[in-house]
Amino acid sequence: MLAIRNLNVHYGGIHALRGIDIDVPDGKIISLIGANGAGKSTTLKAVMGLVPKSGGHVYWDDKDISSLKTKDIVGEGIILCPEGRRIFPDLTVDENIAAGAYLRKDKAEIARDRDWVYELFPRIAERTWQLGATLSGGEQQMLAVARALMSKPKLLMLDEPSLGLAPLVIKDIFACIQKIKEDGVNILLIEQNAKAALDISDYAYVMETGVITMAGPGKALLVDERVQQAYLGE
Amino acid sequence: MATTLNKKTKSALSVAAIALFLVLVYLGDIVIPAGSSWKMLITVIEKGSIYALVAASMNLLNGFTGLFSLGQAGFMLIGAYTYAIFTIPAASHDTVYQYFEGGVIKWSIVEALEGSLGVFGHYLGMLIPMLGAGLIVSVIAFLIGIPVLRLKSDYLAIATLGFAEILRAFFQWNTLGPVTNGSNVLRKYTTYGNAVFPVLIAGICIAIILLLINSTYGRAFRAIRDDEIAAEAMGINLFKHKEISFVISSFFAGISGALLAMFQTTINATPFNTVMTYEILLIVVIGGIGSITGSVIGAFLFTAASEWWLRGLDAGRWLGISASFMRPGFRKVVFAVLIMLIVLFYSRGIMGDKEFSWDSFIGWWKGLPSNLRTWPERRKAKAAAKREAKAAAAAAKARAKEAKDASDAKKASGEALFTPLPVSDTVMVFDKEGK
Repeated sequence: MLAIRNLNVHYGGIHALRGIDIDVPDGKIISLIGANGAGKSTTLKAVMGLVPKSGGHVYWDDKDISSLKTKDIVGEGIILCPEGRRIFPDLTVDENIAAGAYLRKDKAEIARDRDWVYELFPRIAERTWQLGATLSGGEQQMLAVARALMSKPKLLMLDEPSLGLAPLVIKDIFACIQKIKEDGVNILLIEQNAKAALDISDYAYVMETGVITMAGPGKALLVDERVQQAYLGE
Repeated sequence: MATTLNKKTKSALSVAAIALFLVLVYLGDIVIPAGSSWKMLITVIEKGSIYALVAASMNLLNGFTGLFSLGQAGFMLIGAYTYAIFTIPAASHDTVYQYFEGGVIKWSIVEALEGSLGVFGHYLGMLIPMLGAGLIVSVIAFLIGIPVLRLKSDYLAIATLGFAEILRAFFQWNTLGPVTNGSNVLRKYTTYGNAVFPVLIAGICIAIILLLINSTYGRAFRAIRDDEIAAEAMGINLFKHKEISFVISSFFAGISGALLAMFQTTINATPFNTVMTYEILLIVVIGGIGSITGSVIGAFLFTAASEWWLRGLDAGRWLGISASFMRPGFRKVVFAVLIMLIVLFYSRGIMGDKEFSWDSFIGWWKGLPSNLRTWPERRKAKAAAKREAKAAAAAAKARAKEAKDASDAKKASGEALFTPLPVSDTVMVFDKEGK
């Protein structure tokens, strides 16, 4: 279980996160929705130690990981699949997947996980020798998620997996996210596409300019009037 | 510190500064006696302005359009040959083209115009083949550009480098001897009398390049450099604009080739090789990729260093030091080390991608005394800021340790690190303070 308590981040003079509390219990998909610039990505980056925290704690199971370095956080079983995919365009699909297991030494298990991610994403399994750059947007997103899974995470944090993808492809990706959860990976999802995210979330938080303004089960938020007005365009 | 002058004053200042420089060069060339070591200054100004022009033309391609092209020496070669071939006096043809029965072109444009127009004809006779050199180079660049500009980055560099080498071999081809004199030198063609000539021509050409960069075309070039896909989405025709930039850059490379021919008084295709292209590239990089001012400064510094300041290193005596290892070639060793230092510590070049402006120059000049006066204070402030940052880092480390100790203590006492957040089946709303 991941617990974020009173997380604060400053960018120069800007107070980007103003005391965030979030729980990601085991076996659940938790999502964080909100508009552009609300601080969603910053939250994930702060958890990963990619941006310095100016206050607060991040607990992981029974450990305070607030002051760990990024590579040690990955070693603890937390991985971030960054916004905009950022796959390696000049490496093949297979090489991209192998790069995801960079910190691992257990060859037999890496091979097993490789089969697992190809099973999850059969579309990229057909393209193992293709260069990353030659994949379509949806395939690149799948590759990015697959690559993240290769670190054998207990918690997968996804930053805008639907960005720039066609509705049908988004459906595919979100179906895969549910499958990944069933395989025992906890998921923290951040999305602007609130409907798709809330649909599959067990619990969700709504973020606005650096603070959490609402929280509740995904299905309950989906029918909430305020959420509908602000984020679902109804 | 923002000193703003109105546009008129700035233009007047620029014109006055350039005119003063031209007059100084003109007088300097007359006053300084041949054989004086200060004559080197004039040589550096001549060659420096020619290199400044070709560096500016390369910067237009590499720095402003983002096309990594290495064909500049080849285009200079065509320019130099075109100029020389059409200005060799009729009487000298038999001696210059001694292996090719006096060549096929038996006349000189300069002489033809001199006969009817006098002194004016003389200079017109020099300008016409110079412009012709630029135009012929442009046509050849246009043709080369059709296949080559479809390539990107390194591939474009290799292809243009290859074409430049082909051109060089072509001009040395014996069958073309009656025109190009094969692998023999061309000489006795008309050259300029005063050093002010190449400075003036190069200055006008660089001004045109600057105007182009600040035009709509220049903006399109820079858009292509930054993001081709986005540029195309904006409706910019990528290939057309790349061709335009390539052809214009080559035109000015041709002009600078003609000027170089005049400067050297004899030419031959051999030195127009890759080494020459790398020298020009070096000037562009040292000056700053994307800054014409930088290219000009870089050209003069490069020429001064290689022709003048570091000469003594080859001759065995430099700044009063003499050593046995200072023999021909040692200059290049020192030069290479200097370049490495510049690239290491000024990786964006002298000017980065900024241009000279009177406003910033006046601001810098006015601020200079106070900058010098406050230098010790600023150094102290910098040191203090460094100490502070160090202290802050130490404090952060201490806080992290405290937190870890606290969590360890809690764990040891069997207490939970944190209490899970309340979860509800309905939507919870918090106020803006997140409570």
